[in-house]
Amino acid sequence: MKSRLGHDRLLRGENIAGFFFLLPGLLGFLTFVLFPLVFSFLLGFTQWSFISGFDEIKFLGLSNFWLLFKDFEFQQALQNTVLYTIGTVPVTIVLGFLIAVVLHRYVYAKNALKIAIFMPYISSLVAISVVWKILLFPSYGPVNEFLSWIGIAHPPGWFGDAKWALPALAIQTIWLQLGYNVIVYMAGLATVNLDLYDAASIDGAGAVRQLIHVTLPGVAATTFFLSIMGFIGSFKVFDQISVITQGGPGYSTMVIAYYIYQQAFQFYHMGYASAMAWILFLIIFIMTAIQWRFGNSETP
Amino acid sequence: MQRLRIHGWKIFLTLVMVAVAVTMVVPFLWMISTSFKFEKNVFSFPIHWIPVQWNWKNYYNATHTQFDFALYYFNTIKVAILTTVAQVSVSTLSAYAFAKIRFKFRNALFFLYLSTLMIPSQITVVPAFMIFSWLKVADSHFSIIVVSSFSVYGTFLIRQFMLSVPNELSESARIDGAGHRLIFARIVLPISIPAVATLAMLKFIWTWNDYQNPLIFLSSPRLFTLQLGMRSFASEFGEQFAMTMAAAVLAILPLFVVFFFGQRYVIEGISLGAVKG
Repeated sequence: MKSRLGHDRLLRGENIAGFFFLLPGLLGFLTFVLFPLVFSFLLGFTQWSFISGFDEIKFLGLSNFWLLFKDFEFQQALQNTVLYTIGTVPVTIVLGFLIAVVLHRYVYAKNALKIAIFMPYISSLVAISVVWKILLFPSYGPVNEFLSWIGIAHPPGWFGDAKWALPALAIQTIWLQLGYNVIVYMAGLATVNLDLYDAASIDGAGAVRQLIHVTLPGVAATTFFLSIMGFIGSFKVFDQISVITQGGPGYSTMVIAYYIYQQAFQFYHMGYASAMAWILFLIIFIMTAIQWRFGNSETP
Repeated sequence: MQRLRIHGWKIFLTLVMVAVAVTMVVPFLWMISTSFKFEKNVFSFPIHWIPVQWNWKNYYNATHTQFDFALYYFNTIKVAILTTVAQVSVSTLSAYAFAKIRFKFRNALFFLYLSTLMIPSQITVVPAFMIFSWLKVADSHFSIIVVSSFSVYGTFLIRQFMLSVPNELSESARIDGAGHRLIFARIVLPISIPAVATLAMLKFIWTWNDYQNPLIFLSSPRLFTLQLGMRSFASEFGEQFAMTMAAAVLAILPLFVVFFFGQRYVIEGISLGAVKG
């Protein structure tokens, strides 16, 4: 009897302690995550120009979503975002893995190389985008001067050319993101059990086969993490477009996050923008769920 | 013979990696080199990595336009420090609760926290902007600090670390009569300093580089952070390439210095969050 009373008191004490420790974070969470989430959801069903005040809200039902469905610019944004993602995420994962493997055991000056490769990731996106914009100037930028010099007659127009703007963006992103993937993979590689390599050696596996059958499965959790974070981050790309192209030339670099920004903060179509934001969320959610289903073999 | 072959491979691969590293670093070198050139020499080809004619005036010119870089530095440092302090404080408290306190609904609540990591900021920023505008605090540092301080990533990171702090330590303190407050302050928190330092570094860097939030909330130039300032500068003076590169160097350099001193924490932190998660 006595011990049960003490046990209950202990539990209640735990609940109270938990509550107090959690309070600041929980308050912030409710105010700045949950509440805006609900608010934004409701907004998606309205037409509301932010500047006009409360009485001007019009409830539209699903009409925002219908409009999105027919909106050519949104379709372009969706298409570009998907192409951009496909063009950057798998490449950075594969390259990140290969570079990490090489850096892990097969080079000298490992730390210096690691840091050099990581530098793009921490640089200010705005400043580095300005640098890239100039580097890739179509007519007299250093990159194209170099390409002409090695014999390419008509170097690409990069950010000035509707066909090349998105690829240019993708290349820039790979450059930016690679270091992060390498660091994460190197951490993952360190956890692979060394005995497995010995066992594989004994069975006669050479370096490449060991790579495929020991290393790759060994970092499956890391690949999973990078893949999910990569897809999510890539779908939200914004800064580079805002600084370099603003969606152009034409609609060739219009992406979802930038279109949302334009609708919400340049045209004040709060409802339309919110509907779009929820579509974005839905896409991210589905993508993540699919990857979770197929990738999550380990129980945490 | 075997050893020679291995050395041969190692040297070859090192050279390949050096080529990769050079590709990563070249834009920065070009940026710094150009910032010391005269406009007419910016695009001369072949590229003169060491300027033939040194122009020392670019940095002076860049800092004496209507764009007050000193002020942007101050604003950015202020916002980054305040946000980091706020985030670290809130995260350590919440993390401790999730890691060490057995309260009701703990797992469900944590799962809820985690699932919000998927939510794109575009969803929350529109209502946040509206609310702050109504409260007339949108155009202030308060808004961007507060909006960034409650990310659950920090809680997640620290909680994972705190999980690995042995329970025996808290147990023995408990037997001695200590409550959670003491256990947190005297035992768990001090042990978690590496994770906390990591979170602080990461948050500082991210806040420093944050462009979207200041872009949306801030309209007064005197409140601008470095990213916004850089953007405005490039819009206005973008055609003056050498001077713009000087401004870019000013925008990027501080973080490199910070990174140089705290690289261990940054790299560890990224690895920690990724592998153990």
